[in-house]
Amino acid sequence: MAPAQRRGVAGVTLMAGDTAFRTDQLWRRVAVAAPYLWLLVFFLAPFAIILKISLADPIIAQPPFTQTFDAEGDFAGSADNFRFLLTDKLYAVTYLRSVVMAAAATILCLALGFPMAYGIARSDATTRSLLLLLIVLPFWISFLLRVYAWMGLMNNYGVINNLLMWIGIIEQPIQLMYTDFAIFVGLAYSYLPFMILPLYATLERMDLDLIEAAQDLGASRTRAFWDITWPLARPGIIAGCLLVFIPAMGEYVIPYLLGGPEALLIGRVLFDEFFVNRDWPLASAVAIVLLLLLVVPIVLLQRNQAKREEPAT
Amino acid sequence: MMGRSRFILSALAFGYAFLYIPLVFVVVYSFNDSRIATIWGGFSTRWYGELLRNDQVLDAAFLSLRIAMTSATAATILGTMAGLALARFGRFRGRTLFSGMISSPMVMPEVITGLSLLLLFVTLQQLTGWPGQRGFTTITIAHTTFSMAYVAVIVQSRLMSMDESLEEAAMDLGGKPLRVVLDITLPLIAPAMIAGWLLSFTLSLDDLVIASFVSGPGSNTLPMYIFSKVKLGVSPDINALATIIIGAITFGVLIAWFAMRRMRT
Repeated sequence: MAPAQRRGVAGVTLMAGDTAFRTDQLWRRVAVAAPYLWLLVFFLAPFAIILKISLADPIIAQPPFTQTFDAEGDFAGSADNFRFLLTDKLYAVTYLRSVVMAAAATILCLALGFPMAYGIARSDATTRSLLLLLIVLPFWISFLLRVYAWMGLMNNYGVINNLLMWIGIIEQPIQLMYTDFAIFVGLAYSYLPFMILPLYATLERMDLDLIEAAQDLGASRTRAFWDITWPLARPGIIAGCLLVFIPAMGEYVIPYLLGGPEALLIGRVLFDEFFVNRDWPLASAVAIVLLLLLVVPIVLLQRNQAKREEPAT
Repeated sequence: MMGRSRFILSALAFGYAFLYIPLVFVVVYSFNDSRIATIWGGFSTRWYGELLRNDQVLDAAFLSLRIAMTSATAATILGTMAGLALARFGRFRGRTLFSGMISSPMVMPEVITGLSLLLLFVTLQQLTGWPGQRGFTTITIAHTTFSMAYVAVIVQSRLMSMDESLEEAAMDLGGKPLRVVLDITLPLIAPAMIAGWLLSFTLSLDDLVIASFVSGPGSNTLPMYIFSKVKLGVSPDINALATIIIGAITFGVLIAWFAMRRMRT
């Protein structure tokens, strides 16, 4: 590969008539440029547009927002939407609730996912591949339908209530649906595979002899776990937690279907602000603030991934 | 060790029960004769029959399949190029931005991706008149954008786990870079490309939020149809539809799993 790269750098000094080489250079350029351009146009540019519209005012028109720059090209926008977001208590509370819910779901996923990933990593090869398949399978099955499945379970006359009443633990159905508890269970259920897979990847590579050595040297099992397993699994723990936390923060379907009408999470507020109130500028501002909240976790995740991609130590 | 492994075994049992019991009940209740979805009224397959006579469902399913096929194919082409570039082209100008843009769509909350793409399409329409109508094209573009990131990561990690000796050998023997890619690299990463295509296909079939943002009036994808119905509560024909989808996907994944195991042994 190296000679080609060197030739690539000196591409200007190509010998005339070396058409085969020129096609190769062309191919390389296309292979980079095509996905690059696609992402610039359909991923990066939209963020600039969100930012621009978040500075506009809503009007009743098509499209429903004022121009950020007037006819002379002068700036005509304002930070009113952001000022509103910061001063209106409702939004602050909603952002906070989203963080708390996402964090709680992340902790539940970790508590359940860690022993599961550990068990899978320590089982023999055939069982392991079957167990992994069963973790991945729900990921392929529709997300929406998996959330929907909980509606049937948690209904007032759903499976859980019927079962509890049949056993005789309760006499009246207890309210499970349309509560924060339902959202919490739904989040943990939907994102559990995202936690288990990266955890499994690090635990599987771990050297078991280390734990044995620690125990031979007199460390208790708990001590060996906290001093060896946990720190060695850290990249997987970080990746898993962020892969659950980040998407859970902006979740729309779960709070909508399982939460009550007052169960405000920021993803749902953004959606409603856009579709119900048709306030595009405010929805854009909500998105920008959500993105700012997520910049730190997203950057952390990318740095963590970059570290994990380095050759295993 | 006994206490420890009992703890882990119960965590595994609980975890898998947690993952699968809700799905089992959807499947069971899809064969429920009663119109009230939570009360058992005897075995019946009537909801499957009603599903097949429901034009709205069939139209939505057909639209979703068309979008999924197109976007998965586009995402596989673009994502493979991106994966190759990241794993094999060394440093090139703008690489950091490129790899950032590849990994971000996967973690970006769907509401943000959906809103940003819609605003892009609206702005483009104001400036250029395209896209005149939102629907198949805009949803396909949106799905391609987030799916190609998954393909790129799968292809890239496959390439990273493979050493370059085969490609270098071919190059040393006088192979031109493009030939080497076509004759050596592509066959080696074909399984990753297939996995990427399948993942893109299911991600596209699955997406509700982004499609809701970028679709226009009259173009309802299957998840949009399902969502509009389940908003009102549990319904028996959705149970039947869910059972078909769960069955088809489980069947497909199992086949792929057995095929891969046989290839390895």
